Order: sequence, then structure tokens, then C-alpha cells
Amino acid sequence: MEKVTKIVVMAKQVPDTRNVGKDAMTPEGTVNRAALAAIFNPEDLNALELALQMKDRIGSATVHVLTMGPQRAADIIREAMFRGADGGYLLSGKEFAGSDTLATSYALSCALRKINPDIIVAGRQAIDGDTAQVGPQVAEKLNLPQVTYAEELVEIKEGEATIKRRLERGSETVVTPLPAVITVNSSAKECRPRNAKRVMKYKYALATSELATASDKAKNFIEERPYLHIVEFAAADVNPDASQLGLSGSPTKVKKIENVVLQAKESKTLTAEDKDIEALMQELIASHTLG
Amino acid sequence: MANFYLDNKDLQYHLGHPLMKRIIELKERNFADATEFDYAPQDADDALDSYKRVLEIVGDICAEVIAPNAEGVDHEGPRVVNDHVEYASGTVRNMEALNEAGLGGMTLPRRFDGLNMPVTCFAMANEMVARADTGFENIWGLQDCAETINEFATEEIKARFLPRVSAGETCAMDLTEPDAGSDLGAVMLKATWDEAAGVWRLNGCKRFITNGDGDISLVLARTEEGTKDARGLSMLIYDKRDGGVKVRRIENKLGIKGSPTCELVFNNAPAVLVGDRKMGLIKYVMSLMNAARLGIAAQSTGLSEAAYREALKYANEREQFGKPIAKFAAVAEMLKNMEAKTLASRAMLYETARFVDIYKQLTHISHERSLEAEERQEMKFYNRLADGFTPLAKLFSSEYANEVAYDSIQIHGGSGYMKDYACERLYRDARILNIYEGTSQLQVVAAINHVTKGTYLEQILRYEENPRTEATQPLAERLVELRKMYEAAVERVEALDKETQGYKDFHARRLVEIAGYIIMSHIMLRQAGELEEDYLNPTKIFIKYATKKINEAASYINDSETSDVELFRH
Repeated sequence: MEKVTKIVVMAKQVPDTRNVGKDAMTPEGTVNRAALAAIFNPEDLNALELALQMKDRIGSATVHVLTMGPQRAADIIREAMFRGADGGYLLSGKEFAGSDTLATSYALSCALRKINPDIIVAGRQAIDGDTAQVGPQVAEKLNLPQVTYAEELVEIKEGEATIKRRLERGSETVVTPLPAVITVNSSAKECRPRNAKRVMKYKYALATSELATASDKAKNFIEERPYLHIVEFAAADVNPDASQLGLSGSPTKVKKIENVVLQAKESKTLTAEDKDIEALMQELIASHTLG
Repeated sequence: MANFYLDNKDLQYHLGHPLMKRIIELKERNFADATEFDYAPQDADDALDSYKRVLEIVGDICAEVIAPNAEGVDHEGPRVVNDHVEYASGTVRNMEALNEAGLGGMTLPRRFDGLNMPVTCFAMANEMVARADTGFENIWGLQDCAETINEFATEEIKARFLPRVSAGETCAMDLTEPDAGSDLGAVMLKATWDEAAGVWRLNGCKRFITNGDGDISLVLARTEEGTKDARGLSMLIYDKRDGGVKVRRIENKLGIKGSPTCELVFNNAPAVLVGDRKMGLIKYVMSLMNAARLGIAAQSTGLSEAAYREALKYANEREQFGKPIAKFAAVAEMLKNMEAKTLASRAMLYETARFVDIYKQLTHISHERSLEAEERQEMKFYNRLADGFTPLAKLFSSEYANEVAYDSIQIHGGSGYMKDYACERLYRDARILNIYEGTSQLQVVAAINHVTKGTYLEQILRYEENPRTEATQPLAERLVELRKMYEAAVERVEALDKETQGYKDFHARRLVEIAGYIIMSHIMLRQAGELEEDYLNPTKIFIKYATKKINEAASYINDSETSDVELFRH
């Protein structure tokens, strides 16, 4: 039998912090999740696209989404299935609550050991925390090579992927052995849209805990169609060391959050003459704003 | 995230129309596909839910991809490279997005990889695409050529072409020639049977062909040598993969600049015959044109929606004399009338689309089994309504699109005359809508028969039986008065036509318009009865407008003697 390459995309459901109003933050300085729509973390969508491109090129491959979160995070797994993923894993349970990046990457790496994928792809960072730590930490924990800031899949073949990375002042193309963890930049290709037939096919997909409270009709329906069952892992399913999970496994403590208000202090009027522009360029280079 | 479906309550209302249940029933034939296709619905609610989800995908792509590309496409336009069309780069991206979403064969059966959705839903998708980019809608909307193939071609031909349409290949209908525009019976493109190769060979030229370099083209050609009229014409399919057609030029147009309008040269191009010889114009083009006219109605409604929204936005933002110009009575009235016309176009469009859906599906079923007497009755009933309503929908929506686009610029004032705002593009794009797929004048020619045969009057009388609410009752009474005026006008015109031939032709447009205004008012009124909050005020506004127009037309007719026929002769 032909080998099936197993690709897992780590993704996160996040509050939409891109267009925030006044009520985006609580008085305590944490994100007011109730006031913000829960969305598929944007760079994780870029990651999904890269994974789907890998699948397109390899042919014999599957793409699954792994997400840690509450039951409603199954929404992003369904979303991924609408766009091309074959299925997903929801890692859910109160043990995971309050995880910082260390505890998150620990929990995800436990799940990944169980899933045992050939390639792991993730977005560079989530828009709620902006740490860009989880991908690299997972790679370290699983002792895998990592490629960060991935922008384009150049080539993929047995045991090896060639990836173009976005750097601050250009790009570089690297070859990595597989398995590896690849984190994807927002400059990579946008994710393909939902596909009409896939939406019709997968719209009734449910995770295990959702299925438990579903109607008998839905249960029977999914029993006949196993592809509609989203795998759900509780903490116990992934054999973790409980002390490294959730709050107890999270050394990060937020001391204080401050609002930064940017104020324009002064303005300058320039003419369009070369010497004025040249002078401005020199000034910006001197202040390290440019260059 | 903007979404052209989710931001449009009126569209959503039409998807929930009661007749959709019957349409789904016919379209899904006891939901037999569910055992064979994993994306087929289990029941009516499931089907409706799928429609809604698919329309959401279309709405998302329209708002996020197609609309932002529209200006670039308008500037860049397509070009001819090595005898073939190269689309503007934005057009290519639009197609990619729609094809990734798998929206190629929206109405085609699942066995040809289609989504098996009703024409009504396809029209909704077309409307949204047109709102995003009216010119692009031409290219994408031409997938409805596949409906004609599905209805009349052999299984072998269907199996060859339809899955390709579902996969996103584009279509064209090659009908007009330099000397055959509205008069398609004069088509001269020659088709000769090549015995050795077992194919037809096409030679000649076609002009004004929208998306003329499409992958799959339906070609009207003269198969019967020596004939000169419609009876010598047949319908054939040309496959671009076979080669033999060159694009000589792309027309430089006023609007819809992203849509390549091609002059084509056929040089021994191979083609296969669809259906029976000699039935090309008489049967197949008529079917093609009816679908295309509904498509233009959708395109026009989408344009009106876009032009109205542009005007509304500008009028709320632009301040003069210390307040937004939308607050000035003269501007506010324009905006309200634009909204009412847009809603009326849409009401007419989907009423027609539902009639088309029912009769088309019953027609398809009749090819599989013989219909019950009741079903035959139903098919005939809706066929007649679809035939009567299609020219009305095309006529009114395309004229309204022009009026709404005109007013949109007016509200923008001097700024609207500049290239900086979308309203100028919409105005240019609108201008073709009441010309192609049959000018407004030709829609009247098709519609006047239904004035004479009573199709419209019968349907108006049926509408008069609709339940009323306290708020809609006085409006309904007004419509009864207007209907009486219509009857009187028809009676006068028919009587005087017996005295002077040509009198009815002279007043045809006026009669057709009176009927159309009453019909649109009734559909709006039914909506107002169901959803007072959303529809009562626009309905009142529309009926005021309709009353004015009907009075105008009726007064002209009453004032017109038979000598007018001579007076206006040229």
C-alpha cells in the first residue's frame, strides 16, 4: 500500500482583535472574549493553505487540524474541513485552562506524539497573544527541526521539504528533513475559500462532546459517516504529566497591562524637491527608522 | 468580513419564499441522490441550509475578492495575445477563487459534478457577482449555457462537456454576426458535415461574442445549404481544445470593460450538433435566450444594488450646509426611489426565477417518466408564467439599473462625474443591460403577446386574492383601481387596432409597462404583508411611483387617436 503522508496543522480559535471597539478589553486588562467574534487565527489559515498545497503536490496525503480549546473550537476544525482538510482533533478539557505558551506547547506535543504526523504546520503566531512561541516550542519538545516564517512551499518530496522563508530584508530558501515543524507567515498565500461541495458534505461534522448532546438523528447520521466525527482528546487521552498542564504548567505571569496611546508631537512640512527628500532620508536612517 | 449575501436581507427573504419547498421537491426527486453523493441533502431543510451556505460562500468571494478587483479590471481589461483572449489579472483571480470554491456547475445534476441548485439560487449568485463586478458576471454567468446542453444534448455530449463546466471551464454563446443582430434568422456562419472526420466544420465569422474565447461555445450556424432563414439553422458545440477559432479583435466598449466582447473567425473548426438539425434558432436559442434574459435581470438587479449602496454611503458621509446631504428632501427622495426600484427589480427577478425553476424541473422529469395529469397542468401553468414574466423582468430591471446608476452619479454631484468613485463605472456598465440579450424594445415584442393572451391579467387577478393586512389593504385597493385602468387601456388599444393596423404596436410598450408596474406592485405588496417592517414603506413608495407611471401611460393612450400611427411613421 502506498504511504499516506500525515500532515497536521496546529490552529487556534482566537478573538477577532483586528477591528476592536471600546469594549475589547476588560477593566482588569484582559481580552474581553465575549465582545469579540471567535475566528480562525489568520496565520493558521495561511498554514492550512500551505498544508493543503503539500497535499495537492504529494497526492497521497491527509491534512488534519489540531486545536486546543473549548468545545466551540470545533468550529475552526469544521471551517478547515470546508476548505480542504480531511478532519481534525480537538484537545479539550478543564486541565488545559490557563495555559501559557509553555503549557500549550506541552499539551500539543503530547497530542502530536499520539497522532504521530509526518509534517506539522502552524501559523507563525496567534493574534491574541502575538508570541510566536508555540510552534518553535513544539518543535523543541518533539525534537524536530523547525522552519519559521515560511512563505512558500518550493518543493516537497519523500523525507524533505524546500521552503522559502520571509526575512526582514529579503527571503531565504531552506531545505529541511521531514518530519519537521513549519510555521507560516501572513505573507504566504491566502487560504483557499470554502468549497461548496465540502461545505455540504461536512456541515454536520461534530466533535465527540458535541455529539454526546446531539439528537439521535444526528448521532445515527454520523455513525453511518465516520468522516463526520471530529476526534476529541481529553487530557487523559494524551498521557501528559499533569503538573505541566494548564495553570500549574504555566510559569508566565502577567504583572500589568497598560494601554499605549500614541501621540503625534510635531509635524514637518517638506517640499517635493530632491534635497528635502534626501535630508529626510538621512534623518530617518540616522534615527534607525529606516535601514 | 464583508459578505454580499449576509448584508442583504432582501436576498435572504427570497431564499425563504414558500415556493422554494416545491422547487426543492422537484429538484431533488425524493432525495434519491443522498445515497449516492455525500454532499446531497437528506431532506428539504437540509437542501435549503446547503443553498444558504453556498450563497454565503459566493457572498464572501464577491465582497473579499471580486469587488476589490473591479476597478483594476475596468482599467486593465482583456487583450488579444496570439489570437486568444488574455483576461485582466483581476479576472483571473476572480475565476480562481470561484473555481476553488467549486461554483462552476451550480445548477447541473450531481452526476455531472454539479451542485444541483435551483435557477433561483444561481440567479442570486449572479446578482451578487454583478454587484461586485457587473462585467465579470458575464463571464461567470455564462455557465448557464450548460443548462441548454443539459436539456437538449445527448448523454454522450453531456458527459463530455458538463463535468468540465462544473470544474470551472467557461462558456460562450456564439449567436450574432455583423449582419445578424436582433435578426438572428440571418445568421450565415456555415456548418458542413465532414464525413471523413465525422464532425461538423464551422466556417465564417461571429461578432459581439461575450467571452468569445471561452472553453465551450454554443454556436448558431447554418447547416442547411441554400437556406436563408431560421429554418436552416442548427445549434452546435465548439470545443476550444480542438482549435480552429481565432479571436480577431476585442471590442473597445463604453462599459463592462472586463468582459471580452470578441470578433471570431472560424476556420474549419470542428463541432458537434446539439439536438435536432434546423431547430437551432427556433427551439434552442429561444431556451438559451430566456435563461440569458433572466441572467441579465440578475445582473441588472446586482448593479442597482451596488449603485444604490454607493449613493447611500456618499449621501450619508458628504456634508453640505452643515449636514449630510441625505437629510435634504430632494436627495432623500431620490434615495428612497432608488431603493424601491432595486427591491422591485429583485422581487420581479425571483418571482420569475421560481416560475422558471418549477417548469424547467417538471420538463426534466418529463424526460425521465411521463408526468401525472396534475403535473402536466402545473408545468403548463408555470411555463406560461415564466415566458410572460421573463421579458418583464429583463425589461424593468435593466431600465431601472440605468436609472439607479444615473441617480447614483447625481447624488455624488461633481465627484460622481470623476473617475474617483465607483458610480461612474456602474453608470457605464449599466448602459448595455437594456441592449444585449434583446433590447428593451424586443422585450416588449415578447411581452405584448402576454398582454393580448391575458397571461398578465390572469396573474394580476390571482395576486388580488392574496391575504391582506390592515396596512396593505388600502394599497391593494389602489392596485385594483390600477388593474381596471389596465383593462380599459388594453380594450381601447385592441379595439382601435382593429380599425388601424399598427395601433397596438404603437402602444405596446405602454401596455406592457402598465402590466409590469401592477405586477411588481403586487409582489412587493405580498412581501409587505409578510414583513411589514422591512417592506411596507418601500412598497408604498413603489406603488406611488407605479401609479404615476401608469397614469402617464394610460393618459397617453386615452389621448391617442388612430392617426398617431401615421404621425409617428418614419
